[in-house]
Amino acid sequence: MKKTYKIDVDCANCANLMEQAAKKTAGVKDASVSFMTLKMNVEFEEGADEKRVMKDVLKACRKVEPDCDIEL
Amino acid sequence: MNRKQKRNLIRICIAAALLVIVNILRHVTDIGGTPGFVIYLCAYLVIYLVIGYDILRKAGKGIINGRPFDECFLMAFATLGAFALAIIQRSGDYNEAVAVMLFYQIGELFQSIAVGRSRRNISDLMDIRPDYANIEKDGSLVQVDPDEVEIGTVIVVQPGEKVPIDGVVVEGSSSLNTAALTGESVPRDVREGDEIISGCINLTGVLRIRTTKAFGESTVSRILELVENASSRKSRSEEFISRFARYYTPAVVFSALALAIIPPLFAGNWSMWIYRALTFLVISCPCALVISIPLSFFAGIGGASREGILVKGSNFLEMLSKTKTVVFDKTGTLTRGVFEVVAVHHAAIDEKKIIELAAHVEGYSSHPISKSIQKAFGGEIDLSRVSDVEEISGHGVMGKVDGKTVAAGNMKLMDRLGIKAHDCHSVGTIIHVAYDGSYVGHIVISDVVKPDSKAAIAALKASGVQKTVMLTGDAQGIAANVAAELGIDEYHAGLLPEDKVRMVERLLDGGNKLAFVGDGINDAPVLTRADLGIAMGAMGSDAAIEAADVVLMDDNPMKIAKAISISRKCLRIVYQNIVFALAVKFACLILGALGITNMWAAIFADVGVMVIAVLNSIRALRTRNT
Repeated sequence: MKKTYKIDVDCANCANLMEQAAKKTAGVKDASVSFMTLKMNVEFEEGADEKRVMKDVLKACRKVEPDCDIEL
Repeated sequence: MNRKQKRNLIRICIAAALLVIVNILRHVTDIGGTPGFVIYLCAYLVIYLVIGYDILRKAGKGIINGRPFDECFLMAFATLGAFALAIIQRSGDYNEAVAVMLFYQIGELFQSIAVGRSRRNISDLMDIRPDYANIEKDGSLVQVDPDEVEIGTVIVVQPGEKVPIDGVVVEGSSSLNTAALTGESVPRDVREGDEIISGCINLTGVLRIRTTKAFGESTVSRILELVENASSRKSRSEEFISRFARYYTPAVVFSALALAIIPPLFAGNWSMWIYRALTFLVISCPCALVISIPLSFFAGIGGASREGILVKGSNFLEMLSKTKTVVFDKTGTLTRGVFEVVAVHHAAIDEKKIIELAAHVEGYSSHPISKSIQKAFGGEIDLSRVSDVEEISGHGVMGKVDGKTVAAGNMKLMDRLGIKAHDCHSVGTIIHVAYDGSYVGHIVISDVVKPDSKAAIAALKASGVQKTVMLTGDAQGIAANVAAELGIDEYHAGLLPEDKVRMVERLLDGGNKLAFVGDGINDAPVLTRADLGIAMGAMGSDAAIEAADVVLMDDNPMKIAKAISISRKCLRIVYQNIVFALAVKFACLILGALGITNMWAAIFADVGVMVIAVLNSIRALRTRNT
């Protein structure tokens, strides 16, 4: 299960931090953030509830970069 | 500018204005002693907070979350340190701390605008996503989301609109602009029955198209997905930069600490050394590199896609620039992959008559050779003139045309019929023709070389490719001929598909980076085995798009050289940025340590390098004259 989300973030380094934070979130198998296209690709683990997982991802991202946003 | 950028611009203006006002007031009024000291300290602190409150907040959060070395923290630490120094020295010169924060914010704003603009430039260029599809409902056209169109639906595409979904034309004829997909500027004509791919722009007539794929599986969606995901595969240079950034900042911070403590232990003058250490911190942000390198790759990939060259990742763009050996599959890559009649020899009767006879006697056959003779004949084949056709497997065809016996086939057929035929020295497939019991000549059929192949090989050589190799399943003679004609260094003939893999593996042992170019038909194993797999003429072929690392949308071999030169340009820009940014940073660090430069110059250097590097990155987008 793969999904793409639009994100909003200001700097390239912050995007990298978001990627790392998203990867560590439970329920996320793999994640990649493209600062250039302002998109986050998330691959969910089998049977994960994507909405709940994405909320956690957003929370984890906010922790590393308070200014970021993910359009859910 | 978006809202956030506008807000920051206003903040910068207010802070700058306040700074000027406070400085003027300080010159005209003369409040001395402790009251003056307190008043001005407060005034500067207010300006500092206006311009830097978000930085302070982020710095605080960074510490709480255990990431102490981010740029906000460094900026906050350096400027607060400058404040503290000014208080201790009672110099009252707070301008520096406030100004550094101000310039930092200007730099951030500039960066944000530059990146936003280039992002928009690049995405405009790849703007081939169709927003809607027209379907007919109760006699009128309705716009619907292309995602909702089911396979087999008839959609209508009007002049000026994009074809949203792959399909077959059921009504109408028009010419299509495929430039966004292939980089080819000559329009392509389509009529009823033609297959059509999404992403083209309909130029002249109204087309009705029966869709053959869902939107998500259509060419345009696949291309967009491919290009947008390309930046997630990071190149070695990008990895180098992120690794470098991870060590660079802590290294600078610790050397700043050393600079603040060690020299004054021996030489004294603590405040001077602490000031120099704070200057260090200002230079410690690696943002020029962190931002410009991915941006260069992104621009390079975007520019290439405009030329009809889809690169699946920054790593492949990097590989492309290092390619020293290019291995070609012959059929469909260097040659057209279709057979054509190239000559008629020893004609005893009119050449056209020979082809006409052969075309008719082979009229029932759908073998590629027969097809090519029928095509060379050009006219309508009247099968009522043909009778008693007998296909002799491995030999050829015999039958009666207009009541007289015609035999068309190889030497074995002629021997079998006891007809003396002339042997042929031309390369290709030879069809001997006998008419009414006597030999009338033979037709030479071969796969023709694409018109651009020779120029493409020369262009590759010119762009620094050291070796070109051709692999083919065809016979030795044909291969030698084509290789000589095109100027290819090395060829291997008579190969089965698995031999091609072995051949590529042997060439890989040479150590040079190797790219394999194929047409995507049954060479997927070789495409994956090579350092870099290039599939060409892949428009609409899913297997090739899947297996290859670089996909050429049309089948012009010139695009390979073009792709290499685009990648070289992009990598050149990447290296320029790395060298330039690092050189300026290190120069500033040394000058800062020696006390030659101050914090002002440091922040200018930092912001300036970043802006120049970003602007340089954008050059990778321009591909026309590379």
